[in-house]
Amino acid sequence: MDFDLSAEQRLLEESIDSFFAGSFPLSRVRDCYDAQLGRLDDLGALHLSEILIPEAYGGGGGTILDVAVAAERLGAAVAPGPFLGRVLASYAITVAGSDEQRARWLPKLASGERRATIAVGEPGDRWSLDDLRMGGHRLTGEKRYVLAGDGVDAAVVVLTDGLALVDLGADGLTVTNTEVLDRTRPMVSLAFDGPDHERLGGGAPGAAAAERVLQLGAVLVAADAYGGAAKCLEMAVAYSQQREQFGTTIGHFQAIQHQLADMAVDVLPSRGMYWYAAHAMDCGLDDAGGFASLAKAHITERYVAAARRTIEVHGGIGYTWESDLHFFLRRAIFDRAYLGSPEMHRQRRAHSQLTQDQLAQANGHLARAK
Amino acid sequence: MDLTYGPEYERFRGEVRAFLAEHWQPSGGSADVAAFRQAAVAAGYLYRSVPRRYGGSEQPSDVLKARVIREEFTAVRAPMELKSLGTQLLVPTLLEAGAEWQQERFIEATITGQIKWCQGYSEPGAGSDLASLRTTATLTGDRWVIRGQKVWTSFAHEADYMFLLARTDPDADKRKGISYLLVPMDQPGIEVRPLRQITGESEFNEVFLTDATTPADWIVGSPGEGWAVANTTLKHERAWVGDVAESDHLMNSLIRLARRTPGPAGRPWIEDSRLRSRLMEVQGYVEAHRYSGYLQLSRSLKGEPPGALGLTNKISSTNIAERIAAIAIDILGDASLLPHTGADLSGDVGPERWMYQYFGSLGSAIAGGASNIQRNIIAQRGLGLPRDPRVPEK
Repeated sequence: MDFDLSAEQRLLEESIDSFFAGSFPLSRVRDCYDAQLGRLDDLGALHLSEILIPEAYGGGGGTILDVAVAAERLGAAVAPGPFLGRVLASYAITVAGSDEQRARWLPKLASGERRATIAVGEPGDRWSLDDLRMGGHRLTGEKRYVLAGDGVDAAVVVLTDGLALVDLGADGLTVTNTEVLDRTRPMVSLAFDGPDHERLGGGAPGAAAAERVLQLGAVLVAADAYGGAAKCLEMAVAYSQQREQFGTTIGHFQAIQHQLADMAVDVLPSRGMYWYAAHAMDCGLDDAGGFASLAKAHITERYVAAARRTIEVHGGIGYTWESDLHFFLRRAIFDRAYLGSPEMHRQRRAHSQLTQDQLAQANGHLARAK
Repeated sequence: MDLTYGPEYERFRGEVRAFLAEHWQPSGGSADVAAFRQAAVAAGYLYRSVPRRYGGSEQPSDVLKARVIREEFTAVRAPMELKSLGTQLLVPTLLEAGAEWQQERFIEATITGQIKWCQGYSEPGAGSDLASLRTTATLTGDRWVIRGQKVWTSFAHEADYMFLLARTDPDADKRKGISYLLVPMDQPGIEVRPLRQITGESEFNEVFLTDATTPADWIVGSPGEGWAVANTTLKHERAWVGDVAESDHLMNSLIRLARRTPGPAGRPWIEDSRLRSRLMEVQGYVEAHRYSGYLQLSRSLKGEPPGALGLTNKISSTNIAERIAAIAIDILGDASLLPHTGADLSGDVGPERWMYQYFGSLGSAIAGGASNIQRNIIAQRGLGLPRDPRVPEK
C-alpha cells in the first residue's frame, strides 16, 4: 500500500516548480494578457509535452500518472501553451497509430520538429463521441476550441468512428484564430472541406482509442484544476496573513479562517481523485473511464469555486486587471468547460456506475436463485 | 503508486477469511456474539492494542492489518469491537494514563461489556469551550466530593460509571485546574434526567451531581492533569484516518431508495437525469474522501505528517451525510411529512428511516467537536493562521 507519488514523481514536481519560481513567474504569464507571449522554448526545454511518448521513439517513456503530475504543477503555475493538446495528440498516435504511423510521427513529435494538437469540440457543446458529428471518409464540418500556438502545425481530429491526422496547412482546411477567455490557452477553430488526412489505424479500434484519448484529457484537466485550486488556497492564506484591517491581519478573523478552512475541505481531499483516475488508466482498470469523468467534473468545479473565493478574500485588489488572480479564474472556467461540462461528465459516470451497479444486483439475484 | 496490500497482507487476509468462515455464520441467528468475539480476540483480530492480561490480543500496531481485519469483518457483517464510549474513549485513556490497578479493574470488564460507561464532559455553560467547565471536585478525607451538572451525557441512564472532568483547583489556570475522575453512577448524589433529542429518542441525559463521591484514588493521572489526560483520548480521535465505509453505506442506501421510489411520470427516480446528476455530485465528494483516506494512510505508514489534509476528514464525512439527506427528502416527497423512526438503513427500508437519517446527520455536525470548532482547528493548525481569532470592532 503506497497511494502516493514516487520519489521520481516528487522530483519531477520540484523541478517544474523551481523552473517556474526561477524563470517563469506570473509576470511572464501576464504577457499572455498584456503583451505578446513570445516563444515558450525555455518551458519547452522541460520536455513535459513529450513525457508520455515511448522511449523507443525518443520520448520520456512516462506513465499517465507522471504526465498528470506534470499537468498539476503546470496548473499551479497557470502555465501558458498547448501542453494538453500536444500530450493528447501524441497519446492518440501511440494508442491508435499503426507501427508505420508511430515510427513516422512519434520521433518528430518527441524532438519538437512537428507539433500536433487535438481537435475535439464541435459547435453546440459537443464533446463526447456520442454527440460529435464529424466522421466518415471525407472530413467536413467544424472543430472549435482547438489548443494551438507555440509552433503547433498538425492536429489529431477526434471523430465519431476514430481518429485522423491532418496538417494545419492542408488544402481544404481553414484555420481561424479564436478570441479566448483564458489567454494561457490560445485556440483556433478548424473548418474542414475535405482536406487530405490520414486515419490512425493499427492500434486499438477507432472509437475505443478515441475514448481513451478523451479519458486522458479528462484526467489531465482534473490535474490542472487541482494544481490551480490548491494554489488559490495557498495564495488566499498568504494574503490573509499579510493584509491588515481593524488593526490586525485579516487572518485573525474567524470569518476569514472559516472561509479558508472550508476551501481546504473542499479542495485538498480531491488530489487523490485525479491520482486514482491516472493510476486506473495506467493499470487498465474497468472503472477508469467513469472515474476520469467524475474526477474532471468534481475537481474543475472545486477550482472555479476556489478561484472565486480567493478573489473575494483579496477584496478590491483581487478585482483588478493588475492582480494575477483572474488568470486562475479564467483557467478554472476553461478547465470546467473544455472536453465537456461537469453535467456531461456526471451523466457519463452515472451511466457507467448505475448500470454496473444494476448488473451486480442482477448477478446477486441470480446467485441467490441458484 | 500501489493500491495493493502486498503478498504478506494478502496472506493475512486469507487467514482472516478462513477464521471467519469457520467461526461466523452471517445469516445464522444462533451465533453467539460474545463467544465469537472471544475467539476473534484469541486469534489476534480484536482489541489489538489491549494487553492479553486485560482481555485484549496484544498485537504490535499495524495499520494495514487493522484495515484488512475491518474490511473482512465488515464484508460478512461479523461483529467487531464493542462500540461503546468505554471501549472507544476510556480504554485508550486508561492504557495511556491509568494506574495499573485501574487498568486491571476496568479494562477487561469494559471491553467484554460487563460494565458500561458514560462521559461527563459537557456542561450547560461549557460546550465547545470545554475548559470553562464549573463542576467541582473537592478532596474530603479519602473521597472526592463532586458538585455540578453535566449535559448531553449519552447513555448515562444505563451506565455503571462515568469518566468526568471536574475542577479540582479553582485558583489554577483554566486548563490546569481540571482533573479526570472515575465515578460510580449508582449513588444518591447522582440524578439522571433523560433529555429528548431532535429525533424524539432519549439517548442522552442531564446528570446532576450533588455531593456525589468517589474514592480518592479513582483519578486518572494526577490532580490538575485532567485536561492533558482527556486530550490523549482526543488525540486518538483526531488521528483517525477518514473511513469512507459510512459514506459508502449511505450512498448505496440512497441509490436503492432512488431505484424503488416512483418519481416524475411514475418512473423510478433513478431514471431522472437531474437526480442522477445530483447523485454523481455527491459521489464525487465520496471518492475524494476515499482517496484522501488512502493518501493519509500511505503517508502515516511512511511516518510523514498528513498536514491540513489530515484535519479535513470529519467535516468531509459530515458534509456528505448532509448532502445525502438533502437528496433523500426530495426523493421522499410528501412522505417527508410523516414521522420518522429507527436508524438502520440496511435493506429496503421505508421513508421513516430516511427522515431519521435526515435529523441524525445534523448530530454529527455537533457531536465530538462542532464543525465550527473543527474549522478553527483546520485554519490554525492546518493552514497556519493565527491562534487568537478576533472579532472586528468598530
